Amino acid sequence: MNISYNWIKEYLDLDVSATDLAEKIERTSVEVDSVVRPADGLKKIVVGHVNSLVAHPDSDHLHICEVDVGDDQPSQIVCGAPNVAAGQNVIVALPGSRIANNVKIKRSKMRGVESDGMICSLQEIGFSEDVVPKEYADGIYVLPADAQPGEPVFGLLGMDDSLIDLDVTPNRGDMLSLNGTLRDLAAIYDQPVKLDQPAVKETGEAIADQLTLHVDAALAPQYRMRLVRDLKIAPSPMWLQIRLWNAGIRPINNVVDVTNYIMLKYGQPLHAFDYDKFTGQDVYVRTANAGEQLTTLDENDHDLDPKDIVIADGQAPIALAGVMGGLSTAITGQTHTVAIEAAVFEHDHIRKAAQRHHLHTDASQRFERGVNQAGVQDALDAAAQLMDELASGAVQTGTAVGSNQQPDPAVIPLTLTHVNAVLGMDLKQAQVTHILESLGFTVAVDGDQMTVTVPIRRNDIHIPADLLEEIARIYGYDNIPVTLPTGRMTQGRLTPAQRLMRATRHSLEALGLNQAISYALTTEDKAKMFMMRESVPTKLAWPMSVDHAVLRMNLITGLLDDLAYNAARKVKDVALYEQGRVFYREDGTDRPSEEEHIAGAITGTLMPQAWNQPAQAVDFYQVKGIVAAYLQDMAVNGEVTYVPNQEMPEMHPGRTADILVHGHRIGYLGEIHPTIAKQFKIGTTYVFELNLQAIIEMPKQENQYDVISRYPAITRDIAMLVDDEVTNEQVVNLIEKRGGAYLQSVKLFDVYAGVKVPKGKKSLAYTLTYQDKHATLVDDAVNQAFAKVTKRLEDELGAEIR
Amino acid sequence: MSLKERLTELQQKGLAEIQKSQDLKDVNQIRVNLLGKKGPITEVLRGMRDLEAEERPKVGAFANEVRDNLTAALAKRREDLEAAVLNARLAKETIDVTLPGTPVAKGEPHVIQQIIDQIEDLFLGMGYQVLSGPEVEEDKYNFEMMNLPKNHPARDMQDTFYITKEILMRTQTSPMQARTLEKHDFSQGPLKMISPGVVYRRDTDDPTHSHQFHQVEGLVIDKHVTMADLKGTLQVLAHELFGDKFDVRLRPSYFPFTEPSVEADITCFNCGGKGCKVCKNTGWIEVLGAGMVHPNVLKMAGVDPDVYGGFAFGVGPDRFAMLKYGVDDIRNFYLNDVRFLTQFTKKG
Repeated sequence: MNISYNWIKEYLDLDVSATDLAEKIERTSVEVDSVVRPADGLKKIVVGHVNSLVAHPDSDHLHICEVDVGDDQPSQIVCGAPNVAAGQNVIVALPGSRIANNVKIKRSKMRGVESDGMICSLQEIGFSEDVVPKEYADGIYVLPADAQPGEPVFGLLGMDDSLIDLDVTPNRGDMLSLNGTLRDLAAIYDQPVKLDQPAVKETGEAIADQLTLHVDAALAPQYRMRLVRDLKIAPSPMWLQIRLWNAGIRPINNVVDVTNYIMLKYGQPLHAFDYDKFTGQDVYVRTANAGEQLTTLDENDHDLDPKDIVIADGQAPIALAGVMGGLSTAITGQTHTVAIEAAVFEHDHIRKAAQRHHLHTDASQRFERGVNQAGVQDALDAAAQLMDELASGAVQTGTAVGSNQQPDPAVIPLTLTHVNAVLGMDLKQAQVTHILESLGFTVAVDGDQMTVTVPIRRNDIHIPADLLEEIARIYGYDNIPVTLPTGRMTQGRLTPAQRLMRATRHSLEALGLNQAISYALTTEDKAKMFMMRESVPTKLAWPMSVDHAVLRMNLITGLLDDLAYNAARKVKDVALYEQGRVFYREDGTDRPSEEEHIAGAITGTLMPQAWNQPAQAVDFYQVKGIVAAYLQDMAVNGEVTYVPNQEMPEMHPGRTADILVHGHRIGYLGEIHPTIAKQFKIGTTYVFELNLQAIIEMPKQENQYDVISRYPAITRDIAMLVDDEVTNEQVVNLIEKRGGAYLQSVKLFDVYAGVKVPKGKKSLAYTLTYQDKHATLVDDAVNQAFAKVTKRLEDELGAEIR
Repeated sequence: MSLKERLTELQQKGLAEIQKSQDLKDVNQIRVNLLGKKGPITEVLRGMRDLEAEERPKVGAFANEVRDNLTAALAKRREDLEAAVLNARLAKETIDVTLPGTPVAKGEPHVIQQIIDQIEDLFLGMGYQVLSGPEVEEDKYNFEMMNLPKNHPARDMQDTFYITKEILMRTQTSPMQARTLEKHDFSQGPLKMISPGVVYRRDTDDPTHSHQFHQVEGLVIDKHVTMADLKGTLQVLAHELFGDKFDVRLRPSYFPFTEPSVEADITCFNCGGKGCKVCKNTGWIEVLGAGMVHPNVLKMAGVDPDVYGGFAFGVGPDRFAMLKYGVDDIRNFYLNDVRFLTQFTKKG
């Protein structure tokens, strides 16, 4: 909400600039979005009097105007506005002036005719389309007749004011008004403030004879109307129009403007009905009936909901209560009699109606947050009084009251001890009392105990904690000391699971992978790919886009999206890992379980190519090496095995392996299927995904250390030809099983399948290391063991030793 | 010529020869020639038999001295020649040290992870636990137990991805306040925890909005926790993340689950508080929300607000990272362009 600096200064004696005031408000009360002085950035824009005008000889719409801009000689200005006329006072941008959007105006020629500047519309000097009075929306603006030619226009149009845009939090509805802001500022600057008291002059008949209200008090705890007759509808005076457009409201006429002005001042939304358009003299506040419709002031049609509160006459709804009036009873130039409504509507109904009908209005915003329930009559009276003054209306005697439920003020007990204990300060009783009283609260003190009575208008204050906030903010948060919590010591340490997750990240980074954080919400298709177990997808009820509509059940597709993003930007070598959750759901349940996973995806080369290092495309074994090193880092206790998996539809059937620990599947690795790579628009990519939760829960090797033997080791190399189908695992298993007591390790050092070996065969070569941990090993023992294992290889695997 | 004269002559000749030698082979040949069994010195020593008895020791001593001198000269020459050979070889081995080092495969933690780790480590050091909660939450914990009953207007402040009426993507890490308060046994000591994690909002992604981002919740509940403690804690956090020069100021705000509620600003890192475009000329930048835990939140979690109280805060690592590094588009954090990811390499 824009609040006017000049308006505030009419009530408070402030010796501070608008920016300083705004900062004070921000630090003590509510956030300030901006401080704007509309005239800033504009210059040489003055009042001009159109002495005479003639049509431009070479144009069907331009006029050549003789304009008095306060100089000795009148200026000649070409103007294309349809509403320019002799005798008007207009806004003139002189040569060398600057208008809105930093546009500079120069002396120029328009279709061959000199123009000494430009006659401006309000929009051209920075007004928003939304606040320009309708009659000037498509043309130039006409200034009041008493404006002096040559005088800058800024003061006349209220553009020299500073507008402080308050971002009012939902609890501070009271700040959505001048009066509420003044009361807060009075406390902040510790000075008294005298607010205007309405004095309405009643004439004519009793309202009771002219209007009867039927109100459901559950919907409208307060509902009142006044009637003003014999109104003369006209534009409002400048001062009033300025107040409105500076607050972002379009001036309309002297009746509608009064209701808006009173709302700005009191925070009480009002509505003016054309009384003569009522069917009958009865007005009802009720919920809408099924099938009822309403055309609102903005000329939109609404099908009413049975939960909408409506104002209705004897026949039909005439307003959507607290949100917007109806078109059928709108004020027009012909209106003579106005029924002014001042009410309190139940906020939840209003909030929902505003949402339902997409009508978030100044009124609904205030009703949602709660208006000052003790100030309804004042606002109504002030409006009636002003309509009397500005539109020479006759305020009819009395107020029609349909409901009048007055809430009790909150009475809150508070102790000084509690105040200081929570704020960590050492305030004195007098200080606390003074702060609360400056806010208009009443304080009764009895020793340490205070009893605080809160005015109705502060509907956000209910409990002692609310009072603490008032005390703290007015005293100043800057004055609160800086300490750290004391009390009993606590241990700060990570859980084993948290430590393992950190170690996981460090391990994979050390192995060359960058951490990615991808979106957990994805498409349904992607959510269901690369699944490690059965699960139904979890979908958002109202997603923002199909791209982020379903919770992921794998991490891989997120990483593939990342790879695609890189590929589209010509980044070809990408190695990423992600640690995050996947969401599995059982059919028939609403809530998925969340499982920590770890996944990686590598495309291009892992080791960057360089002048001394050729590019080596990533392959299965590189990724397997990463997974193996990672599992070793995690010290999983149990044999890790890799079993071919040809069943995953998204993976290359010949280059995918399940990863098993102690026979239990914890994940997989391999190359993604070429069709998937094509679908994601990425190159050959290797991936792995592991159930991190399972790794966390798995038993770990507590002691990985083995004493290093003092005795020398002996090695023997063995090369053999075996059938293609024989796997490395078979060979190693056999050697380990039959290698004898001294065999320490078997290491593959060569694999060859090419022209030098017979078709259907491959050559494998291993180094066998023997060692006796307690004595020096003798050659004979090794030779015997080696011969034995050689024979086994020949017998059991048909190996041909080379 | 006396034996002594011969020895002196041999020494002179020998030293001259050694000096002239050009390689190790020469040196070796000279050694054999001079000091070998058939060499002249041995021959001279053989001639000592013919000397007077009292002369023998003198000449003998002199002969030993000559031999020692020659041996030392040979050793010295050998060393010099060896050093020259080595130096020549090393000179040949010279490389261009300005060529780039061989690249290694090296991965970096995500910048948001780095900030979360930094926050975790700071609070671990102050005795806080680190807790993580579900990303798919119940309405009860995300809103109701945070003093946001159904129909509370403040729910409009947070657009929510609902899955069902009661199940949603958490919009904040605050539900961990309720979950932790419910379980904590205060007889075992105060509750001090932080809870980092991913949160979700029903937003359209643009440079300043992301439907997925991170939060770190903080909560301290004990018998005597003050607003001054909150201010001090936030100051420690600001100093840790941005540096000791940064000040913290509190401003009133509104969150349904804290009362009083504050927003914390830090000195603008861009202008140092003088006022600039980044801070909209205020000299301050809003970084987090905090406050004293609302009595209703304690009550609903079964904690007696008349005995216990404390503070809570919520910080956004995404926002911190954007501020700290001048990242101008939040989507960078979730698109994982490696050229972006690999820039945040500072480890210390």
